[in-house]
Amino acid sequence: MDGMHDMGGRQGFGPIRFTHDAKAFHAEWEVRANSLYAFAVRLGIFNMDEYRHAIERMDPRHYLAASYYERSLTSLATLLVEKGVLSRDDIERRAGGSFPLARPSAAGRANAPHREHFAPGDRVRVKEDHFPGHTRMPGYIRGKCGVVVSESPAYPFPDAHAHGVEAQDEPTYDVRFRSEDLWPNSSEPALVHVGVFQSYLERAPE
Amino acid sequence: MPDQDRVVKSTASMEQRVDAIQAALDERGLEASKGVEELAHLAQDVWTPKNGARVVARAWVDPEFRKRLLANGRAAVEELGFTMPKHHRHLVVLENTAKVQNVICCTLCSCTAFTIIGLPPDWYKDLEYRSRVVRESRTVLKEMGLDLTPDVEIRVWDTTADTRYMVLPEQPPETVGWSEERLADIVTRDSMIGVARL
Repeated sequence: MDGMHDMGGRQGFGPIRFTHDAKAFHAEWEVRANSLYAFAVRLGIFNMDEYRHAIERMDPRHYLAASYYERSLTSLATLLVEKGVLSRDDIERRAGGSFPLARPSAAGRANAPHREHFAPGDRVRVKEDHFPGHTRMPGYIRGKCGVVVSESPAYPFPDAHAHGVEAQDEPTYDVRFRSEDLWPNSSEPALVHVGVFQSYLERAPE
Repeated sequence: MPDQDRVVKSTASMEQRVDAIQAALDERGLEASKGVEELAHLAQDVWTPKNGARVVARAWVDPEFRKRLLANGRAAVEELGFTMPKHHRHLVVLENTAKVQNVICCTLCSCTAFTIIGLPPDWYKDLEYRSRVVRESRTVLKEMGLDLTPDVEIRVWDTTADTRYMVLPEQPPETVGWSEERLADIVTRDSMIGVARL
């Protein structure tokens, strides 16, 4: 989905909040929020793609205003309610107030019907593809050309795996893009490497 | 009218929301509190940057290990007793040189090889780093204190799949000959993310 979470290349954000030895956690509840979602994954209540997608499905205003661990907890609570493990009324009663959850999911999809194998050095193009469910294709590479650098082991296809759709595992390709191709005349020179699922790719035109 | 009821309720605090989930799971007999205790220990005391620092130090002193690490990161870190979650099927180790600076990010969420380089710091998860580092990497690194000369090529790695990355920083020349333990002490998490040099 073209969601608020798809941050790569968005403009207008200010300086990095950088400190040496910056912490991962700033409050005790953050440690527990992180542990609770990991615990649910360990129990097999949901997988990482479902977890990520429930964060992406948060109302955009909530997403932007929430801290990292609030997003994590919102995803956990949403999935526990959607899967019938807990009820919303129960958790709101226990919390003593409203408990904002993510918005409903669109349908998932299986792998692309025609997938090509690529080799290092091949020039590829990211398909001009718009899909309302979970996807791991950041918007900034859509329609862009790059060069395959290597191939990873096969992974569950996120567009299916986040939605309970049967699909084959497929490799991701490490594709190298030039920042100047991604944002012509409006970026600093760099090489940007993205792990791109096979279903998202086609051979670049000659 | 449940909907009206929902409108007038104020939003519960984060602590109240975490407590609610934990208590509700415990009451379902899922022993969440026990699981939380164990996972909190792992996240804070076991999955720390010290693991990655040991990997880097070994790679600096042992050229054969370095080769194996660059060829198959997951298998190489296992030699030192470090494991990765099942869904992280691949660890790609990126070698920095005098002319190449690798830097990792996750624009879509905040993925990292957390069992090896530690859980990501706050700024890594912030919207500023995620939005800007792919598009204006040199400026972002400069803001973070790493002012690279124009001849250094920057390679940004966006963690969009479950393949994980870590940066192998360049060994400072004055440390050649040091013991592995002493070398591990100088390796920082930020240098393994690639926003700092040693």
